[in-house]
Amino acid sequence: MRVSLFVTCLADQLWPAAGVGAVEVLRRVGCAVEFDERQTCCGQPAFNTGYRPEACSLARRLIEIFESSGADAIVSPSGSCTAMLHHYEQLFEDAGWRARARAVAQRTHELSAFLVNRLGVEDVGASFRGRLTWHDACHGLRDLGIKDEPRRLLRHVRGAELVELPPPGAETCCGFGGTFAVKYPEISVAILDEKVDAIERAGVDAVVSGDASCLMQIGGRLSRRGSSVRALHLAEVLASTL
Amino acid sequence: MTFDRHARAALADGQLRGALRQATTLFGERRQAALATAPDWEGARDRARAIKDETLLHLDRYLDEFSANAERAGARVHWARDAAEACEVIGRIAEQRGARTVVKSKSMASEEIHLNAALTARGIEPIETDLGEYIVQLAGETPSHIVVPAIHKTKRQIAALFAAKLGIELSDDVATLTGAARQALRRRFAEAELGVSGVNFAVAETGTILILENEGNARLTTSLPRTHVALMGIEKVIPRFADLEVFLQLLPRSGTGQALTAYQSLLTGVKQRPEDEGPAELHIVLLDNGRSRMLAAPVTRQSLACIRCGACLNACPVYRQIGGHAYGSVYPGPIGAVLTPQLFGLGRSPELPYASSLCGACRDVCPVKIDIPALLLHLRAEVVATRAGKQRALERLAFAGYAAVMARPRLFEWLVRAARMLRVMPPLGAWTKWRDLRPLAPRSFREQWRAGLSGKAP
Repeated sequence: MRVSLFVTCLADQLWPAAGVGAVEVLRRVGCAVEFDERQTCCGQPAFNTGYRPEACSLARRLIEIFESSGADAIVSPSGSCTAMLHHYEQLFEDAGWRARARAVAQRTHELSAFLVNRLGVEDVGASFRGRLTWHDACHGLRDLGIKDEPRRLLRHVRGAELVELPPPGAETCCGFGGTFAVKYPEISVAILDEKVDAIERAGVDAVVSGDASCLMQIGGRLSRRGSSVRALHLAEVLASTL
Repeated sequence: MTFDRHARAALADGQLRGALRQATTLFGERRQAALATAPDWEGARDRARAIKDETLLHLDRYLDEFSANAERAGARVHWARDAAEACEVIGRIAEQRGARTVVKSKSMASEEIHLNAALTARGIEPIETDLGEYIVQLAGETPSHIVVPAIHKTKRQIAALFAAKLGIELSDDVATLTGAARQALRRRFAEAELGVSGVNFAVAETGTILILENEGNARLTTSLPRTHVALMGIEKVIPRFADLEVFLQLLPRSGTGQALTAYQSLLTGVKQRPEDEGPAELHIVLLDNGRSRMLAAPVTRQSLACIRCGACLNACPVYRQIGGHAYGSVYPGPIGAVLTPQLFGLGRSPELPYASSLCGACRDVCPVKIDIPALLLHLRAEVVATRAGKQRALERLAFAGYAAVMARPRLFEWLVRAARMLRVMPPLGAWTKWRDLRPLAPRSFREQWRAGLSGKAP
């Protein structure tokens, strides 16, 4: 299967291991991976802050880029940016653009959902030593309905033990919310601290998630608090072989 | 900037946060347990939303039908365009009946129009009879939750308040406290000439209003005084009596985690014979106050499907940290962040649509499936398009620059590489004060791709 990687600007520049890991895992399960270097940002920061024309112009760009690829699927190591592509349709009034947006969205999958639901793979041959917990990134969980997929993949990682987060639990927001994190940093961090408290209570070696944005938020606070718990992207763990 | 200031004050209030954490968690758990007792929760949500959509599409017709049937049963229906008109109607009714005291059961619409202040200005004393509302009134505060008005208060604070205001001995025994409130309120019920209530649902085909409650105070409010005034937003109407079945499944479970509230009062018109129960006079005030504006577009219209259960407040990570008062509106939390700007104008609270991490927990728990995140995004776009927010020049410039750079991959890459080499840190004090900022990677993904990851020789 030919896969075009939608790496996302955040992973590209700040968490490249997520992109590299995604490429390795996809190849390991038999996919041919392409990467179009014209891609940058999907426009979500603009869309979420209310800058629709700016979001729209970036959406058009990315639609054209992925239309030009003959790949069977577009796969991204981000639930949030995948969800943004699924929202593209509502950015346009024009029926033609709406149809094009819909067509691209239909081909676009978040990494764990692609592996489990599309390819039927749960064991990607990974091994990792340590106790892990999963943080459900909100857009993956609530916009795309991804919940079991990453857990199934992680349970098949040899040497890794997966535990669920104690209350407020894996499904509670980490408080990132894009520009929310800097518009209302005190609220954002108050939400975050409940999450980080739970992670520390869980006694894990690493917290794993499917979005670099949540990982920046959680990891940034863990490191500020001097915690030894690491923040890892799902693709990093799945790519790991000991 | 009032939201920001109030939110920070709330975050510094340990008692408030403790009370909020405990109560919102409890209500969330109770709701979760109650869902299991509904035969088909998802189906009920879909049916309820379909009924609301149908009603809102023909709201004028259903309101006319409701009004005609209510009047046929002996009620008087008043149409109020805004808060001032509604206060005027209710104030005049009270004055004409020579009312000195008005007992009130819980009504968010009455909070919305600031009825208590309007009645007080006429020399009429309004008495809140819902326990939570009574606490808030005694404290000289406003409700901080749609369903649980005093959610922000600890038991100890309430004990101190009752000791000071009701002259009882300091006690944090719940039975003692509620007993004291009951004692004080019974007298007020007996002397009140007028009762004001809210409305949960108004049935068009019968002219019936339905009021849900747990304390019996709404039943007293609507039956003991000679005159009953029911205040309702125009979105409360539903077409058929049979539609109540689905809403009665949804509202108590979502609001308080009950399969059913202790009391459901179905009121149709006035008493027909002297020996009947109920008021001799019933006035129903239909309040618009900005609601008809929301009917125009589907995205905003869904705001009127809200049945005021408060589940989105309990589920919201932001509300759970800062409580209701920070929103500076009678309607707090996620639904408040979308209702307030629409009801009272975007210019008054342009920051509220941004008071959310867009996590979507509100949408998940909403019994009528209102897409609150989509509404927040819609309102954010309105804030930007109408320049309602202040100090946005820099933000505008930043987003224009961002869009220009992101449309040019080579420029994007060059800029990031320059930043990395010069070790430029973005001016993100709002981030770095509390969180370490992850540095730019030594080699970006695209550089690694070109350097061999692609499988082709670099």
